[in-house]
Amino acid sequence: MADKVLMKGNEALAEAAIKAGCRHYFGYPITPQTEVAAYMAKRMPKIGGTFLQAESEIAAINMVYGVAAAGKRVMTSSSSPGISLKGEGISYLAGSDLPALIVNVQRGGPGLGGIQPSQSDYFQATRGGGHGDYHMIVLAPASVQEMAELTVLGFELADTYRMPAMVLADGTMGQMMEPVSLDFAVSPAPEKPWATTGTKMAREHNIVNSLFLTPEELEQLNFTRYERYQAIEANETRYEEYMTEDADIILAAFGIAARVSRTAVNEARKQGIKVGLIRPITLWPFPYAPFAKAAEHAKAFISVELNMGQMIEDVRLAISCKAPVTLCNRAGGMIPSPGQVLEAIQKADGGVSK
Amino acid sequence: MTVFEKPHAMTDVPMHYCPGCTHGIVHRLVAEVIDELGIEGRTIGIAPVGCAVMAYDYFNCDMIEAAHGRAPAVATGVKRADPENHVVFTYQGDGDLASIGTAETVHAAARNENITVIFINNAIYGMTGGQMAPTSLPGQVTQTSPYGRDPKLCGYPVKICEMLSTLDGAEYLERVAVNNVANIRKAKKAIKKAFQNQLDGKGFSLVEVLSSCPTNWGMTPQKALQWIDEKMIPYYPLGVYKDRSAAKEEA
Amino acid sequence: MSMKRFLFSGFGGQGILFAGKLLAYKGLMEDKQVSWLPSYGPEMRGGTASCSVIISDEPVGSPIVAEPDILVAMNLPSLDRYESAVQPGGMIFVDSSLVERKVQRDDVQVYYVPATKLAGDNDMPTLANIILMGKILKVLDEYEESSIGAALQKVISARHADMLDVNRKALEIGANA
Repeated sequence: MADKVLMKGNEALAEAAIKAGCRHYFGYPITPQTEVAAYMAKRMPKIGGTFLQAESEIAAINMVYGVAAAGKRVMTSSSSPGISLKGEGISYLAGSDLPALIVNVQRGGPGLGGIQPSQSDYFQATRGGGHGDYHMIVLAPASVQEMAELTVLGFELADTYRMPAMVLADGTMGQMMEPVSLDFAVSPAPEKPWATTGTKMAREHNIVNSLFLTPEELEQLNFTRYERYQAIEANETRYEEYMTEDADIILAAFGIAARVSRTAVNEARKQGIKVGLIRPITLWPFPYAPFAKAAEHAKAFISVELNMGQMIEDVRLAISCKAPVTLCNRAGGMIPSPGQVLEAIQKADGGVSK
Repeated sequence: MTVFEKPHAMTDVPMHYCPGCTHGIVHRLVAEVIDELGIEGRTIGIAPVGCAVMAYDYFNCDMIEAAHGRAPAVATGVKRADPENHVVFTYQGDGDLASIGTAETVHAAARNENITVIFINNAIYGMTGGQMAPTSLPGQVTQTSPYGRDPKLCGYPVKICEMLSTLDGAEYLERVAVNNVANIRKAKKAIKKAFQNQLDGKGFSLVEVLSSCPTNWGMTPQKALQWIDEKMIPYYPLGVYKDRSAAKEEA
Repeated sequence: MSMKRFLFSGFGGQGILFAGKLLAYKGLMEDKQVSWLPSYGPEMRGGTASCSVIISDEPVGSPIVAEPDILVAMNLPSLDRYESAVQPGGMIFVDSSLVERKVQRDDVQVYYVPATKLAGDNDMPTLANIILMGKILKVLDEYEESSIGAALQKVISARHADMLDVNRKALEIGANA
């Protein structure tokens, strides 16, 4: 434990990005992620990096696009309304096959919404957010340690698959302090022969571009990109199971909702209810397999979310409607209590016993 | 004997520009300057959205296609990725730079971002077929101002050089035209200075090039060049709007 | 102890978050599982500030403390708001120099500490929070000199190292109050 320090999630994430070799950060202030920018503003000048407060989230994501095109690890962070503004740039990153890390420390919406924790950008993150056929790798931390580790993983996967990755956190993950160890391995960025770093008069010019006016060509590019996505679905799906083996009831929850759910599972187990938790760590690709497997014995599923029910659609898809799926939720910046989740479990258990 | 040839920094790809369009001239001027300064191997160009969207095919240096209006932000990223080695220019039209990308333009200038901006002002949206631009003249008929641009209805044209010259950050702002040989020579000089400034680490340099769009103006190429003289230059006077280093030397 | 859930609450500027941080670090020094979660938002600017701290032998589930085992109320609005939320059999620590009323419940242990007055009397006007912390640790039988000292060194930045001794003294004053 000696190497552990207490850090806010936002700060642990920022330091982990630096550990991952990110030396370029572009952002714009918005609660509750501003600590990321503040941390970068302090650290980057000391290590020869670039921190730049952009004139807007739109400018920030396009600065990210520029550094990514030049082949370096780069990131931006924001919170929900700001991520909407970045949607255009994210689509261009995906369309130009550029790696970059985008952090969304979610707050309640829609519109200006509020500043308290939320998970209501699940659809936006997992279905794209910007226009066109594309995906981002979406990572959902449930602890300060994961805020750090999934940030590193985000950079690595983005580089490996040449695509944007997102850390989808929420206000509690950003603001919470927990012991964290930053003593972990980082794979260096791979060679990027496609990057626009100047031809040095030694090769053909590289072009970073998402415009393809010939539909046949654009279709083929989409096909190729989706083959890559299939490889990611096969190789990079991550999740955690907790007490699922004998479970009659399965909770589905990510991020802070998974923390609350875990407490509720412990309470319910004390009451003799067989309940378990599947916590997706990658939201895209979504871990369909463990849910399908659980559906072989589980009789009810509960999706615990800080929104009006978004991930629940993936849970239903995953189990092919073999069992009822109910929603246990709060919205607008409210967080379900372990008691609320326990009640949902008890209610489901009543149904199961009958 | 000198034989006329393409600058090395230009590819041998046939351009898609309309007959009489001056984009080709400005592309060539930029390419000549890149050749003369010997910087092709470390230059990265940023293409806009607009008629010049496919500029990435016409320059031999590395090229990036940006989202509409965002070229100065993309250029900021590329420049800061390797400020010592990268030479970065954007090539943007009036809709891109002075309408949808106004914020990116103004703030890149305010930061004195060490980049070169080539700004094509032809007072119209070309690629989408001749709609009103932020720089369309009062009274100018376009597809979206069919009765002539009425300032009471849609405001006055944006004068980029004048506007940016109020910013302490901007290093060098000059407006040129490419409607005759003398003006083209001056334009090349300005473009070269805008690149040289970047090499000297002086900062944000923008050259506004008054250009013609015979197709969407509904004129012959010759008439269009005349129109620059008669209509555009009186509204957008040519000249240096800011030259911070020169001003310092004089002081 | 398997798990203790603390809720610190008071005015912004009373060192609510700092006190919570000290406790969390002490837990970390003792190899416990800990979490610290502040309220954030406009109420941080002069209104009510609060923070949740959990110290546990098991991994911490939800870091949100809605029903604390131990409530620390450094002003009246905090007591008004959270008194009823405390677990039966729990504890409430009150800064009695700022909160004039008594706790209404009889199913909790209550400790009144005139922390702000003690801080003023001892020429450490900003350390009422630490004085209260001394009392809390004493009552919980958690007054471990070594881990408290180590935790203090962690939360007090090197820039303010000269504040270490006065903080130690504040803890002592609280422990004996």
